[in-house]
Amino acid sequence: MFAYLPHTEDEIKQMLDDIGASSVDELFADIPEAIRFKGTLDLPKGQSELEVFKRLNELAQKNKQAVSFMGAGSYDHLIPSTVGALMGRTEFYTSYTPYQPEISQGVLQAIFEFQTLMCELTSLDVSNASLYDGSTAASEACALAINSTRKTDTVLYSATIHPYTKQVMETYFADLDVKLVELPSKDGVLDLFSVKENLDSSVAALLVQSPNVYGYLEDYTGVADLLHENKSLFIISSNPMSLGALKSQGEWGADIAIGDTQPFGLPSYYGGPSVGYIAAREKLLRKMPGRIVGQTVDEDGKRAFVLTLQAREQHIKRERATSNICSNQALAALASTVYLSTVGREGLKELSEQNMQKAHYFFDRLMDETGAEEYAEQPFFNEFCIKVPMDARKLVKEMEKDGIFAGVPMIDLDPSQSENLLLVAVTEKRTVAEMDRYIESMKGVLK
Amino acid sequence: MSTLLKDKLIFERSREGRRGFRPPEMDVPTKKLTELVDGKFLRQKRTNLPQVSEVDVIRHYTWLSQKNYCVDLGFYPLGSCTMKYNPKINEVTAGLPGFAALHPMQSQETAQGILELMYDLTEKLCEVTGMSWGTLQPFAGAHGEFTGMKFFTSYFKKRGEKQRTKVLVPDSAHGTNPASAHIAGFEVVEIKSNAKGMVSVEDLKHHLDENLAGIMLTNPNTLGIFEEDISEVAKLVHEAGGLLYYDGANLNAVMGKSRPGDMGFDVVHLNLHKTFSTPHGGGGPGSGAVMVNKKLEPFLPTPTVRKEGDRYYLDHDIPDSMGRISGFYGNTAVLAKAYTYILTMGSDGLQRASELAVLNANYLKEKLKGRYYLPYDQVCKHEFVFSAEKMKEEHGVTATDVAKGLLEFGIHAPTIYFPLIVHESMMIEPTETESKESLDNFIEVMNQIADLAEKDPDKLHAMPLSTPIRRVDQVQAAKNPVLRWQP
Repeated sequence: MFAYLPHTEDEIKQMLDDIGASSVDELFADIPEAIRFKGTLDLPKGQSELEVFKRLNELAQKNKQAVSFMGAGSYDHLIPSTVGALMGRTEFYTSYTPYQPEISQGVLQAIFEFQTLMCELTSLDVSNASLYDGSTAASEACALAINSTRKTDTVLYSATIHPYTKQVMETYFADLDVKLVELPSKDGVLDLFSVKENLDSSVAALLVQSPNVYGYLEDYTGVADLLHENKSLFIISSNPMSLGALKSQGEWGADIAIGDTQPFGLPSYYGGPSVGYIAAREKLLRKMPGRIVGQTVDEDGKRAFVLTLQAREQHIKRERATSNICSNQALAALASTVYLSTVGREGLKELSEQNMQKAHYFFDRLMDETGAEEYAEQPFFNEFCIKVPMDARKLVKEMEKDGIFAGVPMIDLDPSQSENLLLVAVTEKRTVAEMDRYIESMKGVLK
Repeated sequence: MSTLLKDKLIFERSREGRRGFRPPEMDVPTKKLTELVDGKFLRQKRTNLPQVSEVDVIRHYTWLSQKNYCVDLGFYPLGSCTMKYNPKINEVTAGLPGFAALHPMQSQETAQGILELMYDLTEKLCEVTGMSWGTLQPFAGAHGEFTGMKFFTSYFKKRGEKQRTKVLVPDSAHGTNPASAHIAGFEVVEIKSNAKGMVSVEDLKHHLDENLAGIMLTNPNTLGIFEEDISEVAKLVHEAGGLLYYDGANLNAVMGKSRPGDMGFDVVHLNLHKTFSTPHGGGGPGSGAVMVNKKLEPFLPTPTVRKEGDRYYLDHDIPDSMGRISGFYGNTAVLAKAYTYILTMGSDGLQRASELAVLNANYLKEKLKGRYYLPYDQVCKHEFVFSAEKMKEEHGVTATDVAKGLLEFGIHAPTIYFPLIVHESMMIEPTETESKESLDNFIEVMNQIADLAEKDPDKLHAMPLSTPIRRVDQVQAAKNPVLRWQP
């Protein structure tokens, strides 16, 4: 008995009669004998909901939870109840890419709203319907820059972007005629002098990240002008939660803004699903990767939304395409859209500021009350890097026993980093009581 | 024309001072922001995010949801998309907090459950495909194709065969195939289909030279036809030093019936959101897991999940790896859903699903081929392709008109204008979860549409009439792009 297979034996027989076949097997007779699979797959037999639930629940319980001070690209933020309620609408989650606009206005309008929200946050002109995650968004942004600038083959990137983003970019461009050049960091931020030194006519873009991998804010005063004089593009990756309080990519003069909307209504879920966002200046629109929704009218003159500018896309361009993106992260993007609508203009500003306030408060206490030191004296948002007087991995393991995930050891992100560095994130969810526990636990381990 | 409340954008419902969210009480002493960071780091321009109440948010998106068709409302015969039913247990298990709250960087000792799930799922997918290991990290089918192509490049690099730059793609292939090969650095060469709609072995033979990297195939192909010469194709490509890539979009036809590994494929991508019932989510998140044979295992992306004794771990030490392809480990929540589905269906259920998917497709094809032109008339697998070319010539009714007619009758349209090798194509994939009465209803509606095409085509041209909106002006959308709301 299979709950999702509605056919009765009688119906199967009738259908076979109508087809003119004697058995279901006959319908597979076109598969050559030599490659026909005989017997049954070596998998357990089907099970009831109860048994399946038990197995999954057992696996879920093998995972351990703790009060989390972890970030490095995935954060423990509040998720308003509206998000789950609306993501649970089957009209959204059991639909396909909105190819038929007449019966897909729900998803299409939600994407149009997502695009608007991303433009608003980044202060840029156009956004697409979403990409996979922040790291693939970085690769797509670099490809967009190379395809939009003449006679270029080089992308400069800061040593302070997320190491996993670097690695994804390296894989992405490994077999293309594209040079990725890493610019050095100084005191935990991009060394701005290196930008000028490395600029020449081959440079399509500079990619930077702020808050960067250490959580630090980078000062891009003058960088956009420098790049634009060289006809190069400026790409800034940002944790979008910071944009409620901190200078947006557009305000820094960026041409392309990217990042990951996980902080907006998406649980960490071991890294995914998340949403990559990309927004850009209007002149880059025709080379923008992925789906884009536009506004138009229907035959009665009523406002309508539709997938548009499809001439850019893989199914039209095929082997001439500059991106192979087909689907996006629609449902996860919907979660971020509902999140931003719920918290609203004031809520996002307040949450962003709460993150900053709490992180700074906790940073000061760590400096005052434990043996930890700051990695570099730099401004930060809700995450910062500290030096601890022991192997950060061991410290994390020990503090786990007290029910605290103390942060991400930098060496886990990048093996070339010192084993003493720990990246600590503090969101609006962390209370003073939890911070007290953290400090107590840390002192206990360090003593 | 004034817009009704139900048709407004969330931004148009905004009212100065309205709130839908109360932030938690601040329990730490606060400072001025400029005491925390230099003023030059602060945002200058306020955003125009909406100011709405929670009630507004819920009503707004609930109304939007009601303007959206979905599998839970009815038949969705979108070819190559495998719009099967999305079991509710998948959502329940994947929603367990023990999974959802996991941080991707937490120590592996505290994440043994999810690692076991990933390991076990990989093993099971290997069994279904006849491969030896794989990666669950690709976010979508196209991302899986790209990953598959990186296996090609890594393999040839290791062998010092850099001249192998040519990837063959049939003219019937999904558009993402040539695009994925191209962005991975390959030169794409299109090969012809023969009169039976299959890869032409004769044409293939012209391309078997020292520059051949391999071939990308879907089997059954996009016409729903099983490539009967697949073993011959595999032999020729391998003898020429090339590799075979299997696009798993159509795997729903052959689970427990024939395995890509046994057909001779070296690398396989799967769409867990299609074959393994995790929902499509209006266009993602999906999962494009990639399975490979022993030969290609050394090139897996980092990290891969492994087991030592009772312990599961992420192995970053893969010397010949293609590198990292995802920020973390892919769309993990989707993996939990696919795993749930495989446990629920089991060996017997997966095989039965393919059998009934094929039965349903052949039933529709046979019942409707008298009214709709079937260019490749033979037994099909999970899908088949009609052409509206004759209808267009005789009555001026196109594949679009048929599609829009279906919408009027409350059924989703097939995939239209794909594959490209059939003019006015309509690609129909019913899946195994449709009952006979659902199929009979579709047949009835398709017959009515065929009647209308003959007797009153203008009625069809005007459809749909009773959907939330009617046909849209695509030209205006592309000519004067309006891609965001403006304050």
